[in-house]
Amino acid sequence: MPIHITGTGSYTPERVLTNADLEAMVDTSDEWIRTRTGIHQRHIKAEDQATSDLALEAAQAALDAAGVSAEELDVLLVATCTPDSPMPGSATIVQDKLGAKNAFAMDLNAACSGFLYALECARGLLESGRHRKALVIGAESMSSIVNWEDRTTCILFGDGAGAAVVEYRETPGGLGLASLGANGALKELLNIPAGGSREPLSEEALQDHRNCIKMSGQEVFKHAVSHMTRTAKQLLAEADWQADELALVIPHQANQRILEAIRSRVGVEKDKVFVNVDRTGNTSAASVGIALDEAVRSGRLQPGDKVMLLAFGAGFTWGGFLLEWSKA
Amino acid sequence: MAIEEKVNEIIVEQLGVSADQIKAEASFIEDLGADSLDTVELVMAFEEEFGAEIPDEDAEKLTTVGGVIEYLKSKGIEA
Repeated sequence: MPIHITGTGSYTPERVLTNADLEAMVDTSDEWIRTRTGIHQRHIKAEDQATSDLALEAAQAALDAAGVSAEELDVLLVATCTPDSPMPGSATIVQDKLGAKNAFAMDLNAACSGFLYALECARGLLESGRHRKALVIGAESMSSIVNWEDRTTCILFGDGAGAAVVEYRETPGGLGLASLGANGALKELLNIPAGGSREPLSEEALQDHRNCIKMSGQEVFKHAVSHMTRTAKQLLAEADWQADELALVIPHQANQRILEAIRSRVGVEKDKVFVNVDRTGNTSAASVGIALDEAVRSGRLQPGDKVMLLAFGAGFTWGGFLLEWSKA
Repeated sequence: MAIEEKVNEIIVEQLGVSADQIKAEASFIEDLGADSLDTVELVMAFEEEFGAEIPDEDAEKLTTVGGVIEYLKSKGIEA
Protein backbone atom coordinates (compact mmCIF):
# COMPACT_ATOMS: atom_id res chain seq x y z
CA MET A 1 0.00 0.00 0.00
CA PRO A 2 1.81 3.10 -1.21
CA ILE A 3 2.31 5.81 1.42
CA HIS A 4 4.00 8.96 0.20
CA ILE A 5 5.59 12.10 1.55
CA THR A 6 3.68 14.71 -0.44
CA GLY A 7 5.12 17.91 1.02
CA THR A 8 7.86 19.04 3.36
CA GLY A 9 8.61 22.16 5.36
CA SER A 10 11.16 23.38 7.86
CA TYR A 11 11.94 26.31 10.08
CA THR A 12 15.03 27.50 11.90
CA PRO A 13 14.83 30.55 14.17
CA GLU A 14 16.31 33.83 13.00
CA ARG A 15 18.95 34.16 15.69
CA VAL A 16 22.26 32.54 14.77
CA LEU A 17 24.81 31.56 17.39
CA THR A 18 28.26 31.19 15.84
CA ASN A 19 31.29 29.41 17.21
CA ALA A 20 32.83 32.84 17.78
CA ASP A 21 29.81 33.73 19.95
CA LEU A 22 30.42 30.57 21.98
CA GLU A 23 34.09 31.47 22.47
CA ALA A 24 32.82 34.39 24.52
CA MET A 25 30.58 32.14 26.64
CA VAL A 26 32.67 29.04 27.45
CA ASP A 27 36.31 27.96 27.16
CA THR A 28 36.26 26.71 23.57
CA SER A 29 37.46 27.74 20.11
CA ASP A 30 36.02 27.87 16.63
CA GLU A 31 38.80 25.56 15.47
CA TRP A 32 38.11 22.99 18.21
CA ILE A 33 34.36 22.93 17.47
CA ARG A 34 34.83 22.71 13.69
CA THR A 35 37.36 19.88 13.78
CA ARG A 36 35.44 17.82 16.37
CA THR A 37 31.93 18.37 15.04
CA GLY A 38 31.87 20.18 11.69
CA ILE A 39 29.47 22.73 13.23
CA HIS A 40 29.99 26.41 12.35
CA GLN A 41 26.75 27.85 13.73
CA ARG A 42 23.36 26.90 15.12
CA HIS A 43 19.98 28.64 15.29
CA ILE A 44 18.54 29.62 18.67
CA LYS A 45 14.88 30.43 19.27
CA ALA A 46 13.74 33.81 20.50
CA GLU A 47 12.80 34.01 24.17
CA ASP A 48 9.11 34.27 23.37
CA GLN A 49 9.18 31.21 21.08
CA ALA A 50 8.41 27.68 22.24
CA THR A 51 8.75 24.35 20.44
CA SER A 52 5.16 24.50 19.11
CA ASP A 53 5.90 27.87 17.48
CA LEU A 54 8.83 26.37 15.57
CA ALA A 55 6.68 23.34 14.70
CA LEU A 56 3.87 25.54 13.43
CA GLU A 57 6.13 27.32 10.91
CA ALA A 58 7.43 24.03 9.52
CA ALA A 59 3.93 22.53 9.50
CA GLN A 60 2.43 25.40 7.50
CA ALA A 61 5.23 25.17 4.93
CA ALA A 62 4.72 21.41 4.57
CA LEU A 63 0.96 21.78 4.10
CA ASP A 64 1.51 24.48 1.47
CA ALA A 65 3.99 22.28 -0.36
CA ALA A 66 1.59 19.34 -0.32
CA GLY A 67 -1.44 21.42 -1.26
CA VAL A 68 -3.26 20.00 1.74
CA SER A 69 -5.40 22.11 4.06
CA ALA A 70 -5.13 21.79 7.84
CA GLU A 71 -8.76 20.57 8.04
CA GLU A 72 -7.93 17.58 5.84
CA LEU A 73 -5.47 16.19 8.38
CA ASP A 74 -6.51 13.14 10.41
CA VAL A 75 -3.28 12.69 12.34
CA LEU A 76 -0.81 15.21 13.75
CA LEU A 77 2.35 13.88 15.39
CA VAL A 78 5.05 16.02 16.99
CA ALA A 79 8.30 14.24 17.78
CA THR A 80 10.10 16.21 20.48
CA CYS A 81 12.01 15.88 23.72
CA THR A 82 11.60 19.58 24.46
CA PRO A 83 7.81 20.14 24.60
CA ASP A 84 6.39 23.57 25.45
CA SER A 85 5.54 22.19 28.90
CA PRO A 86 5.01 18.68 30.35
CA MET A 87 1.28 18.87 29.62
CA PRO A 88 -0.57 19.19 27.28
CA GLY A 89 1.34 17.77 24.37
CA SER A 90 2.86 20.34 22.04
CA ALA A 91 1.05 18.63 19.17
CA THR A 92 -2.29 19.84 20.52
CA ILE A 93 -0.99 23.42 20.57
CA VAL A 94 0.10 23.07 16.95
CA GLN A 95 -3.24 21.44 16.10
CA ASP A 96 -5.11 24.43 17.52
CA LYS A 97 -2.96 27.13 15.92
CA LEU A 98 -2.90 25.33 12.59
CA GLY A 99 -6.67 24.82 12.62
CA ALA A 100 -6.34 21.06 12.14
CA LYS A 101 -9.69 20.53 13.81
CA ASN A 102 -10.26 17.05 12.43
CA ALA A 103 -6.92 15.62 13.52
CA PHE A 104 -5.99 13.78 16.67
CA ALA A 105 -2.71 15.15 17.95
CA MET A 106 0.01 13.78 20.19
CA ASP A 107 3.68 14.05 21.05
CA LEU A 108 6.17 11.27 20.69
CA ASN A 109 9.57 11.18 22.37
CA ALA A 110 12.29 9.11 20.77
CA ALA A 111 14.91 11.87 21.16
CA CYS A 112 16.97 12.36 17.98
CA SER A 113 15.25 9.41 16.28
CA GLY A 114 11.84 11.01 16.78
CA PHE A 115 11.17 12.04 13.21
CA LEU A 116 11.71 8.51 11.90
CA TYR A 117 9.71 6.96 14.73
CA ALA A 118 6.83 9.36 13.99
CA LEU A 119 7.05 8.67 10.27
CA GLU A 120 6.73 4.93 10.88
CA CYS A 121 3.75 5.49 13.22
CA ALA A 122 2.05 7.70 10.64
CA ARG A 123 2.63 5.11 7.96
CA GLY A 124 1.02 2.42 10.10
CA LEU A 125 -2.01 4.60 10.84
CA LEU A 126 -2.49 5.36 7.14
CA GLU A 127 -2.05 1.71 6.19
CA SER A 128 -4.82 0.81 8.60
CA GLY A 129 -7.14 2.52 6.13
CA ARG A 130 -8.85 4.49 8.91
CA HIS A 131 -6.79 7.66 8.37
CA ARG A 132 -5.98 9.41 5.13
CA LYS A 133 -3.58 12.28 5.77
CA ALA A 134 -0.97 12.71 8.47
CA LEU A 135 1.37 15.51 9.41
CA VAL A 136 4.66 14.43 10.96
CA ILE A 137 6.69 17.12 12.69
CA GLY A 138 10.02 16.97 14.46
CA ALA A 139 10.54 20.10 16.55
CA GLU A 140 13.03 20.98 19.26
CA SER A 141 14.15 23.83 21.47
CA MET A 142 17.44 22.27 22.47
CA SER A 143 18.66 25.65 23.71
CA SER A 144 16.22 25.29 26.61
CA ILE A 145 17.76 22.05 27.91
CA VAL A 146 21.43 22.70 27.25
CA ASN A 147 23.78 23.55 30.10
CA TRP A 148 25.34 26.72 28.74
CA GLU A 149 28.29 26.28 31.12
CA ASP A 150 29.18 22.81 29.78
CA ARG A 151 31.49 23.32 26.83
CA THR A 152 31.34 19.66 25.83
CA THR A 153 27.60 19.77 25.06
CA CYS A 154 26.43 23.37 24.62
CA ILE A 155 28.36 23.73 21.37
CA LEU A 156 26.50 20.82 19.76
CA PHE A 157 22.84 21.72 19.74
CA GLY A 158 20.46 24.03 17.92
CA ASP A 159 16.73 24.74 17.61
CA GLY A 160 14.40 24.14 14.70
CA ALA A 161 11.57 22.12 13.19
CA GLY A 162 11.00 19.93 10.15
CA ALA A 163 7.69 18.58 8.88
CA ALA A 164 6.28 16.21 6.28
CA VAL A 165 2.75 15.58 5.04
CA VAL A 166 2.22 11.85 4.58
CA GLU A 167 -0.61 10.49 2.44
CA TYR A 168 -1.91 7.37 0.78
CA ARG A 169 -1.55 7.66 -3.03
CA GLU A 170 -2.22 5.14 -5.79
CA THR A 171 1.16 5.83 -7.35
CA PRO A 172 4.33 3.74 -7.20
CA GLY A 173 7.23 4.59 -4.90
CA GLY A 174 6.96 6.35 -1.58
CA LEU A 175 7.95 5.00 1.80
CA GLY A 176 9.71 1.65 1.66
CA LEU A 177 11.40 -0.56 4.21
CA ALA A 178 11.95 0.82 7.68
CA SER A 179 13.98 -0.51 10.57
CA LEU A 180 13.63 0.95 14.04
CA GLY A 181 15.25 -0.17 17.27
CA ALA A 182 15.88 0.73 20.88
CA ASN A 183 18.12 -0.25 23.78
CA GLY A 184 17.10 1.41 27.02
CA ALA A 185 19.95 -0.25 28.93
CA LEU A 186 22.25 2.51 27.70
CA LYS A 187 20.12 5.44 28.86
CA GLU A 188 22.81 6.81 31.19
CA LEU A 189 25.07 7.70 28.26
CA LEU A 190 22.74 10.44 27.03
CA ASN A 191 19.94 11.83 29.19
CA ILE A 192 18.34 14.63 31.18
CA PRO A 193 18.30 13.24 34.72
CA ALA A 194 15.88 15.61 36.47
CA GLY A 195 12.57 17.29 35.75
CA GLY A 196 10.40 14.18 35.50
CA SER A 197 8.79 11.74 37.92
CA ARG A 198 12.05 9.98 38.81
CA GLU A 199 13.70 13.14 40.00
CA PRO A 200 11.36 16.12 40.08
CA LEU A 201 12.86 19.56 39.72
CA SER A 202 14.42 20.84 42.92
CA GLU A 203 16.78 23.64 43.81
CA GLU A 204 19.55 21.09 44.13
CA ALA A 205 18.82 19.59 40.70
CA LEU A 206 18.87 23.03 39.13
CA GLN A 207 22.14 23.90 40.82
CA ASP A 208 23.77 20.74 39.45
CA HIS A 209 22.23 21.32 36.00
CA ARG A 210 20.50 17.96 36.27
CA ASN A 211 17.65 19.47 34.24
CA CYS A 212 20.07 19.69 31.30
CA ILE A 213 21.51 17.26 28.78
CA LYS A 214 24.25 14.97 30.03
CA MET A 215 26.21 13.08 27.43
CA SER A 216 29.17 10.70 27.35
CA GLY A 217 30.32 11.94 23.97
CA GLN A 218 32.81 9.25 23.02
CA GLU A 219 30.51 6.33 23.86
CA VAL A 220 27.59 7.99 22.08
CA PHE A 221 29.78 8.60 19.03
CA LYS A 222 30.70 4.94 18.88
CA HIS A 223 27.15 3.66 19.30
CA ALA A 224 25.80 6.19 16.80
CA VAL A 225 28.25 5.10 14.12
CA SER A 226 27.80 1.38 14.69
CA HIS A 227 23.98 1.44 14.93
CA MET A 228 23.40 3.69 11.93
CA THR A 229 25.94 1.74 9.87
CA ARG A 230 24.34 -1.58 10.78
CA THR A 231 20.84 -0.24 10.09
CA ALA A 232 21.90 1.13 6.70
CA LYS A 233 23.55 -2.12 5.62
CA GLN A 234 20.63 -4.21 6.84
CA LEU A 235 18.08 -2.11 4.95
CA LEU A 236 20.12 -2.19 1.74
CA ALA A 237 20.49 -5.96 1.96
CA GLU A 238 16.81 -6.48 2.71
CA ALA A 239 15.70 -4.26 -0.18
CA ASP A 240 18.38 -5.69 -2.46
CA TRP A 241 19.64 -2.17 -3.22
CA GLN A 242 23.30 -1.40 -3.80
CA ALA A 243 24.81 1.52 -1.88
CA ASP A 244 25.66 3.25 -5.15
CA GLU A 245 22.00 3.21 -6.23
CA LEU A 246 21.17 5.69 -3.47
CA ALA A 247 20.66 9.19 -4.81
CA LEU A 248 20.85 10.66 -1.34
CA VAL A 249 21.40 9.57 2.26
CA ILE A 250 19.84 11.93 4.80
CA PRO A 251 21.22 11.09 8.22
CA HIS A 252 20.50 12.71 11.56
CA GLN A 253 22.77 15.73 11.70
CA ALA A 254 24.66 15.34 14.97
CA ASN A 255 28.29 15.58 14.01
CA GLN A 256 30.18 15.68 10.72
CA ARG A 257 32.61 13.06 12.02
CA ILE A 258 29.74 10.64 12.62
CA LEU A 259 28.38 11.29 9.13
CA GLU A 260 31.79 10.61 7.61
CA ALA A 261 32.33 7.43 9.63
CA ILE A 262 28.96 6.06 8.49
CA ARG A 263 29.51 7.15 4.90
CA SER A 264 32.81 5.32 4.56
CA ARG A 265 31.49 2.16 6.21
CA VAL A 266 28.31 1.95 4.11
CA GLY A 267 30.24 2.79 0.95
CA VAL A 268 28.43 5.92 -0.21
CA GLU A 269 30.14 8.71 -2.14
CA LYS A 270 30.71 12.00 -0.36
CA ASP A 271 28.29 14.05 -2.45
CA LYS A 272 25.48 11.56 -1.78
CA VAL A 273 25.29 12.35 1.93
CA PHE A 274 23.21 15.38 2.83
CA VAL A 275 24.96 17.66 5.31
CA ASN A 276 23.63 20.77 7.01
CA VAL A 277 25.03 20.19 10.51
CA ASP A 278 27.53 22.98 9.79
CA ARG A 279 24.64 25.48 9.77
CA THR A 280 22.11 23.90 12.17
CA GLY A 281 24.03 21.95 14.80
CA ASN A 282 22.18 18.99 16.28
CA THR A 283 18.45 19.77 16.32
CA SER A 284 17.52 16.32 17.68
CA ALA A 285 14.11 15.14 16.42
CA ALA A 286 13.91 18.08 14.02
CA SER A 287 17.11 17.25 12.21
CA VAL A 288 16.04 14.67 9.61
CA GLY A 289 12.89 16.68 8.84
CA ILE A 290 14.86 19.89 8.30
CA ALA A 291 17.47 18.11 6.20
CA LEU A 292 14.82 16.38 4.08
CA ASP A 293 13.06 19.68 3.41
CA GLU A 294 16.30 21.43 2.51
CA ALA A 295 17.17 18.58 0.17
CA VAL A 296 13.77 18.85 -1.53
CA ARG A 297 13.82 22.64 -1.83
CA SER A 298 17.37 22.74 -3.17
CA GLY A 299 16.46 20.29 -5.93
CA ARG A 300 18.55 17.42 -4.58
CA LEU A 301 15.65 14.95 -4.93
CA GLN A 302 14.07 13.97 -8.22
CA PRO A 303 11.10 11.64 -8.76
CA GLY A 304 12.28 8.04 -8.68
CA ASP A 305 15.36 8.82 -6.59
CA LYS A 306 16.23 6.19 -4.00
CA VAL A 307 16.73 7.80 -0.62
CA MET A 308 17.79 6.58 2.82
CA LEU A 309 16.99 8.32 6.10
CA LEU A 310 18.99 7.42 9.23
CA ALA A 311 18.80 8.49 12.86
CA PHE A 312 20.18 7.72 16.29
CA GLY A 313 19.41 9.23 19.66
CA ALA A 314 19.02 8.99 23.41
CA GLY A 315 17.58 5.76 24.78
CA PHE A 316 19.30 4.58 22.75
CA THR A 317 16.87 4.72 19.86
CA TRP A 318 17.73 4.39 16.21
CA GLY A 319 16.12 3.91 12.85
CA GLY A 320 16.41 3.89 9.10
CA PHE A 321 13.99 4.36 6.21
CA LEU A 322 14.21 3.65 2.52
CA LEU A 323 12.01 5.58 0.15
CA GLU A 324 11.58 6.32 -3.51
CA TRP A 325 11.03 10.02 -3.91
CA SER A 326 7.71 10.59 -5.64
CA LYS A 327 6.98 14.27 -5.28
CA ALA A 328 7.79 16.13 -8.51
CA MET B 1 50.26 -10.35 7.63
CA ALA B 2 51.58 -9.99 11.15
CA ILE B 3 49.38 -8.21 13.65
CA GLU B 4 51.90 -5.35 13.89
CA GLU B 5 51.63 -4.60 10.18
CA LYS B 6 47.84 -4.74 10.23
CA VAL B 7 47.65 -2.39 13.22
CA ASN B 8 50.10 0.03 11.59
CA GLU B 9 48.08 -0.01 8.40
CA ILE B 10 44.89 0.92 10.27
CA ILE B 11 46.67 3.75 12.10
CA VAL B 12 48.05 5.16 8.85
CA GLU B 13 44.59 5.09 7.31
CA GLN B 14 42.67 6.47 10.30
CA LEU B 15 45.08 9.20 11.37
CA GLY B 16 46.56 10.10 7.99
CA VAL B 17 50.12 9.74 9.28
CA SER B 18 53.07 8.24 7.41
CA ALA B 19 54.23 4.74 8.27
CA ASP B 20 57.66 5.88 9.48
CA GLN B 21 56.05 7.97 12.25
CA ILE B 22 54.66 4.81 13.80
CA LYS B 23 56.78 3.39 16.58
CA ALA B 24 55.79 1.09 19.42
CA GLU B 25 56.11 3.88 21.98
CA ALA B 26 54.25 6.46 19.84
CA SER B 27 51.25 7.95 21.63
CA PHE B 28 48.19 8.47 19.44
CA ILE B 29 47.40 11.86 20.91
CA GLU B 30 50.89 13.19 21.82
CA ASP B 31 52.86 11.92 18.83
CA LEU B 32 50.41 11.09 16.05
CA GLY B 33 48.11 14.10 16.30
CA ALA B 34 44.93 12.19 17.18
CA ASP B 35 42.07 13.92 18.96
CA SER B 36 39.64 12.20 21.33
CA LEU B 37 37.26 11.18 18.53
CA ASP B 38 40.15 9.81 16.46
CA THR B 39 40.99 7.45 19.32
CA VAL B 40 37.37 6.26 19.41
CA GLU B 41 37.46 5.69 15.65
CA LEU B 42 40.76 3.83 15.95
CA VAL B 43 39.33 1.46 18.53
CA MET B 44 36.29 0.90 16.28
CA ALA B 45 38.58 0.14 13.35
CA PHE B 46 40.55 -2.38 15.44
CA GLU B 47 37.31 -4.01 16.55
CA GLU B 48 36.06 -4.26 12.98
CA GLU B 49 39.36 -5.56 11.60
CA PHE B 50 40.03 -8.15 14.29
CA GLY B 51 36.42 -9.08 15.10
CA ALA B 52 37.05 -8.31 18.74
CA GLU B 53 35.04 -6.28 21.21
CA ILE B 54 37.15 -3.80 23.14
CA PRO B 55 35.26 -2.63 26.26
CA ASP B 56 35.37 1.11 26.99
CA GLU B 57 37.39 0.61 30.18
CA ASP B 58 40.08 -1.22 28.17
CA ALA B 59 39.92 1.25 25.29
CA GLU B 60 40.79 4.15 27.59
CA LYS B 61 44.14 2.52 28.35
CA LEU B 62 45.10 1.94 24.71
CA THR B 63 47.09 5.13 24.22
CA THR B 64 50.15 3.91 22.30
CA VAL B 65 50.82 1.77 19.24
CA GLY B 66 52.67 -0.85 21.29
CA GLY B 67 49.91 -0.87 23.87
CA VAL B 68 47.34 -1.82 21.24
CA ILE B 69 49.48 -4.62 19.81
CA GLU B 70 50.17 -6.02 23.25
CA TYR B 71 46.48 -5.81 24.15
CA LEU B 72 45.32 -7.57 20.99
CA LYS B 73 47.91 -10.33 21.48
CA SER B 74 46.78 -10.76 25.08
CA LYS B 75 43.27 -11.36 23.69
CA GLY B 76 44.65 -14.14 21.53
CA ILE B 77 44.41 -12.12 18.32
CA GLU B 78 47.25 -12.96 15.96
CA ALA B 79 45.94 -11.17 12.84
